Amino acid sequence: MANERVIGIDLGTTNSLVAYMGTEPAMTRTDAPGNDVFIIPGEDGEHLVPSLVALDGEDHVLVGNPARQVLLTTPDRAIYSVKRLMGRGVEDVREELKLFPFRLADDLAPEEVLRVKLGGRTYTPPEISAQILRQLKRNAERFFGEPVKQAVITVPAYFNDAQRQATKDAGRIAGLEVLRLVNEPTAASLAYGLDKKKNGTVAVYDFGGGTFDISILKLKDGIFEVMATNGDTHLGGDDIDNVLLAVAAKDIEGDLQIDIRQYPDAVQRLRAAVIEAKMALSFHESARIEVELPEGKMYRREITREAFEHLVQPIVERTIGPCVRALKDVGRQVDEVVLVGGSTRIPLVRRRVEELFRRKPHTELNPDEVVALGAAVQANILAGGSEETKDMLLLDVTPLSLGIEALGGVTAMIINRNSTIPASATEQFTTGVDGQTSVAIHVLQGEREMAKDCRSLARFDLKGIPPMPAGLPRIEVRFLIDANGILHVSAREQRSGKAAEIEVQPSYGLTSEQVEKMIMDSYDNAEADLRARLLVESRNEAETILSALAKGRKSEAWGKLTSVEQWVIGRQEQALRLAIGGEDSSVIMRAIGGLNDATKHLAELMMETALGSALRGKNMESTGIEEGPEAPHPIGKAEFN
Amino acid sequence: MRASHFCAGCGHVQPAEPTDYFSFFGLPRKLALDEVALEREFYVLSRKLHPDLYSRASEREQAWSLEKSSQLNDAYRTLRDPISRTEYLVELEGIELEEQSKTATEHARAAGVEKKQSVPPELLEEAFELNMLLEEAKAGGVDDSLREQLVSTQESLTTRLNGLHDELREAWRQWDEGGSEARAAMVDVLNRRSYLRNLLREIDEVLSS
Repeated sequence: MANERVIGIDLGTTNSLVAYMGTEPAMTRTDAPGNDVFIIPGEDGEHLVPSLVALDGEDHVLVGNPARQVLLTTPDRAIYSVKRLMGRGVEDVREELKLFPFRLADDLAPEEVLRVKLGGRTYTPPEISAQILRQLKRNAERFFGEPVKQAVITVPAYFNDAQRQATKDAGRIAGLEVLRLVNEPTAASLAYGLDKKKNGTVAVYDFGGGTFDISILKLKDGIFEVMATNGDTHLGGDDIDNVLLAVAAKDIEGDLQIDIRQYPDAVQRLRAAVIEAKMALSFHESARIEVELPEGKMYRREITREAFEHLVQPIVERTIGPCVRALKDVGRQVDEVVLVGGSTRIPLVRRRVEELFRRKPHTELNPDEVVALGAAVQANILAGGSEETKDMLLLDVTPLSLGIEALGGVTAMIINRNSTIPASATEQFTTGVDGQTSVAIHVLQGEREMAKDCRSLARFDLKGIPPMPAGLPRIEVRFLIDANGILHVSAREQRSGKAAEIEVQPSYGLTSEQVEKMIMDSYDNAEADLRARLLVESRNEAETILSALAKGRKSEAWGKLTSVEQWVIGRQEQALRLAIGGEDSSVIMRAIGGLNDATKHLAELMMETALGSALRGKNMESTGIEEGPEAPHPIGKAEFN
Repeated sequence: MRASHFCAGCGHVQPAEPTDYFSFFGLPRKLALDEVALEREFYVLSRKLHPDLYSRASEREQAWSLEKSSQLNDAYRTLRDPISRTEYLVELEGIELEEQSKTATEHARAAGVEKKQSVPPELLEEAFELNMLLEEAKAGGVDDSLREQLVSTQESLTTRLNGLHDELREAWRQWDEGGSEARAAMVDVLNRRSYLRNLLREIDEVLSS
């Protein structure tokens, strides 16, 4: 069973999530027939795992919320927004370096994969992302009580080949078999499509923490056919934060004569404060920023929504161009618009989208979670499908044209953008000199006429061509873009019928040997570790629920239970105490599930008592403490509410 | 005849074989095809060939599904668009398109030579005037009067381009009825069309710069 679970992961710039679609494990719910799609919470009960990796005092890796404190106190021991560096070279990120405190290794060559400093060593971006993925994998394993090995991971639709490859590498380093990379906006459409089986044209506007995508899809009887996609892989909420940060820094310099850039920890506090203000301004007309500065000074400022909108308007405008281009590629109006990504909570963004598409956009699903939910739907499809997904099929496209460099440095396009993937093209090559035994091919991605303006994907050397007069060899090279949007190249010399040897030098990427080594480096007895860790975690959970139960017995609610209910609880409690004595975490988790089910009514009664008459008559869901994945331990939760 | 895509017994994907795009769909080499039926068939085959359905199959079946579904997508992409369908058929019939064709452009690029431009006779005058306008624009920028002239040329060329589609449809009809002389007409339309499109692209570039 264990190998059959496929999780869906949204590996975001700011936050990451893991989700699953299937019949829930017995420990959380026994009465729900059919398949649910849900976010798997972390140990802290939170859905969002900040995409933040840090080292603690003993050089242990911290991921997510636990890493926050490190970022605020010793920012040089933390890395955030690493997604911006995925699949990029040193010359690509020069602009970013002015705004992000990435500390690059000092010895980087052009077209080499980047490395960033953290603690005493350097890491490639896929290795940092792998830490985030590993945390999500752990969260899922903790939730299921079993190892998880396969995943679907989402990527921005406008990611190029190198960025996709880097994401896939990160998955492998984290010990996950990546069954599919799915484009984020497309994943979102799957999540929306699950309960609205409709036909029509839908635009998905996905404005996240670091990337912007627009995808336009045709929905027909369960087929999700992407017609066009466009975007900007370096445009997101991060950029809004940077504008606010720059304004505040200037303010501080003017009013208080402090150059905040000299104090990295204060910069991080200020960043946290402007982000909080940005989020507040989506719901309030004004927000306050208050930050403690060095020398005992304070920075205080009030910002109105109007002023905020004025500042961020140029950033929002940058999303319009890609939308217009995608609409032009499709050549028709859309029936519906869906908003995805945290930045779409900004009222200005919603207004602009509504103006552009002349449609009131859909916001029913949480814009932070919808991509992960969609990834879980795709994972369910790949795992063999279910009643809910059996008619669903995703037909995605390649976002960028694929070309090869021809004589004179021009690009010869061989697969156009917005082609449904998998897609392929075959090209003939020959030699220019008598006796020539190798031919170099430069593969490019992009829409520009000149090769130098496109993205270099890789350089191939066709070797072992039999010596012949110039122009006589016929080498057939096949370029194939797979369903992940990743390029594969194969070659054959036609006259000899021999498969030609290809030597690939990926630009900005890791070689497969490097990835293998990273997998080995990170392996460190992962399986044995996992079992031990799951055992510890499940025992901790058991202790939590048992101590909650002890309090429950003393509460007024206990007396309201029937004697049968009390007896069942007693039996389940006993079973759990026995299980804790054993060494099998899945037995413990099952026993926790049993006790959870048995105490559901008790938890409800305790809540009613605690919340008083104000909430009486409302259902559990509206209290936010519904049973199920959000709150695997109703009794534990009730304690805190 | 349609290429065999599945095992008759188990319905699983079969290895890809070299096939032309018409045969892939089991279609005759005719140009006036039912685009709605083509789309339906594309969806039916997608539901059987797509790699999503084989993600847990053997490596061999995964590879076959990847090959087959790329063939399917390539074939559908080529056939659903009337122009690329016509270009494909003409090439399949062994006719090289003239200088303006995409292939010719790429061949010229690969060989590193400047591409010849043969101007369709009825466009000579307009093309000449347009080139003057374009040079003027490149030299001194686009003022209001120049913009107006370019926009009006753009409109008249677009009308011509749309007119070509009717001519093409007529050539299709002849071809589909077995008139082999329709080939020449199709090639002629395609060449004029790509010439017109090049002109329109140049206007577009100047106007949007």
